[in-house]
Amino acid sequence: MPEDVWSEQDTTPSAVEEAFRRLLFERHAADAAYAPARVLNLVVVVDREWRGEIANRLERVGRYHASRTILCTVEPGRTTMDARVSMEYADDPAPGAPAVMHEGAELRIGPQHLRALDTVVDPILVQGLITMVWSPHGHDEAVDSLLRLSHVVLLDSVEELDVRAALGRVEQLAQRVYIVDLAWLRSTPWRERVCATFDPPQWRGELRRISGVTVRHRPESLSSAALFCGWLASRLGWRADALTYVRDHHEGRLRARHGAVAVRLEPNEQQHVPGLAGVTIETASGMSISLDRGPGGLSARRVDPKGREWRWTVLGASRGETGILGEGVRQALLRDPTYRPALDAAAAMVA
Amino acid sequence: MATAVAEQPNPLTEGLERLPVHPTSLVIFGATGDLSHRKLVPALYNLAHDGSLPERFNLIGVSRSEKAHEDYRADMREAIQKFSRTPPDPDVLEKLLENAKYIPGLFDDDAAYAKVASALDEYDQEAGIVFNRIFYLSTAPEFFPVIVEKLGTARLQHCEHAETRVVIEKPFGRDLASARELNRRVLEVFDESQVFRIDHYLGKETVQNIMAFRFANTMFEPIWNRNTIDHVQITAAEDIGIGTRAGYYDQAGALRDLIQNHMLELLANVGMEPPAGFPADKVRDEKVKVIESIQPPRVEDVPKTAVRGQYASGVVGGEPVPGYLEEKGVREDSKTETYAALRLEVSNWRWAGVPFYLRTGKRLARKVTEIAIQLKPVPYLAFQAQGSLGVQPNELVLMVQPDEGVTVSLSAKIPGARMRIRPVNMEFHYGTSFLSASPEAYERLILDAMRGDATLFTRNDEVDALWRVVDPVLQYWQETDDPVPQYPAGSQGPEEANALLRDAAQWRPL
Repeated sequence: MPEDVWSEQDTTPSAVEEAFRRLLFERHAADAAYAPARVLNLVVVVDREWRGEIANRLERVGRYHASRTILCTVEPGRTTMDARVSMEYADDPAPGAPAVMHEGAELRIGPQHLRALDTVVDPILVQGLITMVWSPHGHDEAVDSLLRLSHVVLLDSVEELDVRAALGRVEQLAQRVYIVDLAWLRSTPWRERVCATFDPPQWRGELRRISGVTVRHRPESLSSAALFCGWLASRLGWRADALTYVRDHHEGRLRARHGAVAVRLEPNEQQHVPGLAGVTIETASGMSISLDRGPGGLSARRVDPKGREWRWTVLGASRGETGILGEGVRQALLRDPTYRPALDAAAAMVA
Repeated sequence: MATAVAEQPNPLTEGLERLPVHPTSLVIFGATGDLSHRKLVPALYNLAHDGSLPERFNLIGVSRSEKAHEDYRADMREAIQKFSRTPPDPDVLEKLLENAKYIPGLFDDDAAYAKVASALDEYDQEAGIVFNRIFYLSTAPEFFPVIVEKLGTARLQHCEHAETRVVIEKPFGRDLASARELNRRVLEVFDESQVFRIDHYLGKETVQNIMAFRFANTMFEPIWNRNTIDHVQITAAEDIGIGTRAGYYDQAGALRDLIQNHMLELLANVGMEPPAGFPADKVRDEKVKVIESIQPPRVEDVPKTAVRGQYASGVVGGEPVPGYLEEKGVREDSKTETYAALRLEVSNWRWAGVPFYLRTGKRLARKVTEIAIQLKPVPYLAFQAQGSLGVQPNELVLMVQPDEGVTVSLSAKIPGARMRIRPVNMEFHYGTSFLSASPEAYERLILDAMRGDATLFTRNDEVDALWRVVDPVLQYWQETDDPVPQYPAGSQGPEEANALLRDAAQWRPL
């Protein structure tokens, strides 16, 4: 995709903002069909040495590209700010149709900029749009600084090794801003399918008889498993108590109105992609439902109280990690009221 | 097999974008036809790819040609690979089709329906649940009543512990009498709540956006009436000819093809009152009220309120193109209209006296579908002495395709020392303001039918009301010996259409 570019060393936020305006004006003057996307500001804070990996991930989100992306690359020892502003546009717009432009700025900054990053970013944001912040390499002070400008913080709670600390930090942020957690989004197909499994009226009553939940997950994705269980607990009114770490897994009993629910979060070494590997839900009446990753979707298995067994595939293509990130960007425009209660329950379970 | 119990809300649905859809078996009649290949099966694949199909789903194809299950699956695989908007994932594709069945048979043959019943029962037995059943009629329209009656004979119109629905493609009738007859025959077998008359146009996001635009914004309601609006123009213009559709088009014509359904539905969306809620019948009640408020012309008044035309040879995109009568498959003496324009009035308090101009045509200057709301001029123009010739009444244009969005024309001062005014546009394009791509209309509508949400489907009284508006026009055009006005391909349409416009109104240039 062609792009118009402006760059300057030792520059200022005002100069960057002016560059955006000038590039926009010039492109529009060249062809009135060009119009800037006006959906979302995305501010990304990354370590300079890992900049390429994050930039590649952002490139691949396809149509879920933010309108204006501000990539702040943090370079140890740097004291001044360099900037590169780019305006990407379609090469050959269809006659008579608008051509959407996407704007990007890369700001090369030093660690001392992070505490007051809001003063750098503020003049560069498109006013009136939702602003989302993503800081995949930590830099909590930058995120804290940007909170006053942000409507949404994008994060991935599986990236922290210490799940308790990760969920604690997310809870803290969630007090002030809406959170889009990639770990939660990875569990979406599982939540949808469990919901659908119990949706037929004849099965719905079984939700009140759930006696056991086993969640299989990639070893590093404990937070996804905890969030999934937290979702069930919060939606079904179970009291979320701390689970115990036994040998290689977490287990415990949550209190529901109808009795105890045995919960087990089980790492699966065979699972190579982040997220869940499988879910089994058992009910007191002897029914059991399992969902596991399989070709073409989720492999489902249902056993009824008489021991009869059915297997089928719940169709759906994997979105991959790129798709998950794109979905995360898209979720900035939506609000999921079930995440916070699920997060609170998950945090209680891994406390 | 589990039995139904009293329904209680599912607490897991909150917050989910994709709500659960009951396990469904879909039977497509006309499974080897063009619509099935190009639209229906690719739409099913895309739903499967996105994880939007019911957690358990079965597909049965029924058609006249002899074919083995494997051959049907191979055909569908090829159709998906060719027409799906998403590149197919081989595993999803394989799983979608692995249990698909094909039943060859004539649509009036009881044996075919017995096989359908048996295949549906087999799916239920294998799964240990009762699937909802949808019969999708994607055949030539003359088979609609036949299939419906045979479904009734085979007792397939109901299923204990599950919902049964029938989806009927357009055209729903050829005129008022045939539509009523078809409705009568369909409703002898199915209850209205089971009937989903599909008009894919209503599944388009931009059509649904008309309601969002009107009812989710305060600023338009105060001007949305006869006090401020001078007239409304609804245009569905195409630059292409009839292509390979001569067989259908020469029997139908522009009035039946677009005005009777799509364009009157657009009018209903513009003219309706805000519904009390968005359950299907609340929305459809309001649409029906508007359509029923349109005074159909008396047959003898048709020449004053409707104009038809037929394209002659001309130039489109720099290339010479043949006239309609020279198109392959068109009768030499055909009087079928390729252009139709109507002036309609909605007789209610909101719209009395406001003309609604509708026009559609093939081989016009440009492809565009839009609704233009022309406001009345300002009552007094103080700047007239300073050279304000460019001042035009405000116009609000809802663009449906190809460029989806909204344009408002305003008057603004030309920079300079003098108070000179000219019109400028304030534009909003959906493409610049949302991250998501619109799903195909068929994906939305198939899923709605599986969910039992009939909001975007046409109800029987709506069909009746739609036909009542155009029936006198059809009757007059069929009976008159007047020649059909010709217009050059690539033009704005026949000159005669200008006579429909009242006062100073002009057709918007294409």
